[in-house]
Amino acid sequence: MSYTPHTSEDRLRMLSAIGASEVADLLAVIPGAERSEPLRLPQPLTELELQRHLRSLAEQNRHTLQLSSFLGGGAYSHFIPAAIPALSLRGEFATSYTPYQPEVSQGTLQAMYEFQSMVCALTGLEAANASVYDGATALAEATVMARNITGRDIIVVPRSLHAHYLSVLHSYRVPLRIVGDSIFPHFLFDLASGPSALDASVAAVVVPSPNTFGRLEDWCRFAELAHAVGALLIAVFYPIALGLLESPGACGADIAVAEGQPLGIPVSFGGPSLGIMATRQRYLRHLPGRIAGVAVDRDGKEGFVLTLRAREQDIRRDRASSNICTNQSLLALQAAMYLSLLGPQGLHEVAEICLRRAHYLAQRITSLPGFTLMEGPFFNEFVVRCPIAAEELAQRLLPYGILAGIPLGRWFPELADCLLICVTELNTRQDLDDYVSCLERLGL
Amino acid sequence: MTAEAMQSPAFANIRAESYIFDVGAPERRGIRFSKADVPEEPLDNLVPPSFQRKTLLHLPEVSERDAVGHFTRLSQLNFSIDTTMYPLGSCTMKYNPKVNDAIASLPGFSHIHPLQPVETVQGALRLLYELQGFLAEIAGMDACTLQPAAGAHGELTGMLMIRAYHESRGEHQRTIVLVPASAHGTNPATAHMCGYTVREIPSLGDGSIDLAALERALDSSVAALMLTNPNTYGRFEHHVAEANALVHRAGAQVYGDGANMNAIMGIVRPGDLGFDVLHFNTHKTFSTPHGGGGPGAGPVACRAHLTPYLPNPQVVLHEGIYRFGESPESIGRVRAFWGSFGVLVRAYVYILAHGAEGLRQISEDAVLAANYLRVQLQDLYPARFDGPCMHETLLQATRWRDAGVTALDIAKRLLDYGFHAPTMYFPLGVPEALLIEPTETESIEMLDHFVHAMRAIAQEAESDPRLVRTAPHSAPYRRFDEVAAARRPNICFPGCL
Repeated sequence: MSYTPHTSEDRLRMLSAIGASEVADLLAVIPGAERSEPLRLPQPLTELELQRHLRSLAEQNRHTLQLSSFLGGGAYSHFIPAAIPALSLRGEFATSYTPYQPEVSQGTLQAMYEFQSMVCALTGLEAANASVYDGATALAEATVMARNITGRDIIVVPRSLHAHYLSVLHSYRVPLRIVGDSIFPHFLFDLASGPSALDASVAAVVVPSPNTFGRLEDWCRFAELAHAVGALLIAVFYPIALGLLESPGACGADIAVAEGQPLGIPVSFGGPSLGIMATRQRYLRHLPGRIAGVAVDRDGKEGFVLTLRAREQDIRRDRASSNICTNQSLLALQAAMYLSLLGPQGLHEVAEICLRRAHYLAQRITSLPGFTLMEGPFFNEFVVRCPIAAEELAQRLLPYGILAGIPLGRWFPELADCLLICVTELNTRQDLDDYVSCLERLGL
Repeated sequence: MTAEAMQSPAFANIRAESYIFDVGAPERRGIRFSKADVPEEPLDNLVPPSFQRKTLLHLPEVSERDAVGHFTRLSQLNFSIDTTMYPLGSCTMKYNPKVNDAIASLPGFSHIHPLQPVETVQGALRLLYELQGFLAEIAGMDACTLQPAAGAHGELTGMLMIRAYHESRGEHQRTIVLVPASAHGTNPATAHMCGYTVREIPSLGDGSIDLAALERALDSSVAALMLTNPNTYGRFEHHVAEANALVHRAGAQVYGDGANMNAIMGIVRPGDLGFDVLHFNTHKTFSTPHGGGGPGAGPVACRAHLTPYLPNPQVVLHEGIYRFGESPESIGRVRAFWGSFGVLVRAYVYILAHGAEGLRQISEDAVLAANYLRVQLQDLYPARFDGPCMHETLLQATRWRDAGVTALDIAKRLLDYGFHAPTMYFPLGVPEALLIEPTETESIEMLDHFVHAMRAIAQEAESDPRLVRTAPHSAPYRRFDEVAAARRPNICFPGCL
């Protein structure tokens, strides 16, 4: 299959206009172009063959619409209204370029502005960008911001931060002070465990809520502690939960970041994903990434442009604080559609269903002998300590078509008997009861 | 032709669109959910009241019909590849095949969780494993990571790998990164982000790197040279092998910016020219939709000596099972999960559609089309360099300076003719630069239309410069005051707070 439209006749016409006898004349400057060997790649396929081959590959995957999935851990399956894929696959959105020409890009720009506004509404902060790569890179960018704002170096993170996020911070060479432990059953970020954790070298404290164990943390308390030493609070949030839970902004957070995938975007094996970032108005000029703003055209008509470009790498080059030169526009659009379709009540409803069903399942599982629940408030994800290794438990539930949860031993070796279970509105009451019956049938 | 006569049919009768926040009414809904269907407990028993939201949530309240109308009308205000040619230099805005989208939407790809047991996702892992191999082969290198989320993210990944490599050899004194003056802004920004000091290397009159200046700059404090090839002038760096050898002799590494890979696929492999590491932009070379800015993917290929430093994890094949493998020397993860999978599926399908010969044909046709435009425009828009270009041609709109018509004006006038603007004022230091890249997917008829439009605008610049200076006239909007917008930024709808 090929998408180049040129016939041999077309190519001859172009060559003759150029005054070349063959394409090789145009490539003469490339060393070895003449004698280059063909790439070792499979033979080309027609569209029909492509569809067959890829369908067979897809069928070798067992997907979450077939299985009963209780997997979360940073990627969350939620219901996606049909209008979202129908609209976001429109070529005018999907195949448009970065909106550098605002006169012919108002669709993308207005959607970005509306997305930013909805992020501000959710987070209770006044300034949001039009998104970055994913939740983990949003956090890495937030730590750079905090270090630039405060002129300090150290970022304090809890051990209850998602292991993959922690790895990304290490890769980005962020100077970290890791605090707390992961001892069952509390999973609390305990700053008191290291009395010297907060001092005048600290740029920011990172507080995920829910944390990687699903437990809710008290942002308000951390905001007070951080601000008392002149540090910022970076809150990591779960966007669906904010339908029901208080916003990071109202709790005193200075920067809030999240993985936006739960907002109408399929899990798609973990990507593409949507990094959400918001901050206080006074830190706006430290915020990296694309931002859409209102502008007026020559006729006095109000529209939108990419604004505050002077912060960006194409202008500041090596003086830019981030090299990011893109956003996840199409996914930001999907999130904006999701939040528009649900509205404040819909988001509250989804959050409440997740919360209630998760608590129901937690209570049912831990009424079985040998299972204990972690302590403290949670939203839709929780840890149970199992009578056998969690890895083995998950393996034994797989034949029943149940993805039981994430065995925590892979991230915290001391928690090998702990399973992280996630419940969303996609898990029906029947699914929850079946999960419990299967556990009973295992007779542990 | 007058401005009135140039009404672009795409935008006839389209008016500005309301804010979604101004549509709808309290309690109007686009979707409803059923009850939780579990025994009712007071909410306060489940989550302490102190955690519950007390502030109002100012989101839109609209029907599904309102939302669909709003976003559909917004889409109609956009140019896109599906509707318009983008002669956008260095951006490779080629056609995005629909079969790619159809395949990426299969539930077996779009509804798999990244933490499922590997035995339940063998198809997805096989796809990633094979794609790692295809890209390493196209790059002429030994391994590839699919994790980076965009080209600039790939640059960051590659430069972190180079830094880890030098550190593993105890060469901590290597703190300088050399970047040619013609490089994309992301190159110096990336080097800075990795903790390096950037030193600029001048370009010669033909846009290629100044070898003598490079040699003078090289010593044991240099960590890497970042080089784009073909460069941003649309020229192949013909001394590239010598340049790379000089860099290696000084103990430094060569980072290849693969932004312009669409010109050379199957013709020459960067690894064979001495590049150590290279990123691809899948939305440029492998046709994945640009999405108005993203999502993209920026896979990074490297040679064997850098392989241990690739981000964790890699997809490996072990005893007939595809799984994730980790390297202890890895720089770590660069994002939460394995990559922009939905984007990578599309790139995989595109490579399988073409095979080796098809990819080479793409590059040859891209080069042919750019040269076809060059020869038909260079009498009015002088080419910066004599002789053939690669997949993009660097022209200059300097002819109408006295009339006050600039490259920007020409570009804006093209919008009236139904073409997206070319890349302007880039590379830096080329007066009134217009960097034009037609790609291989525009037909000769469309290329002729483009030539016709460019020539017509040149005539207008002579006969009616004001018409060009005040363009566009038929787009939904006229030119914006971007300076005023940045001075007092309004980036959030006031009612949302």
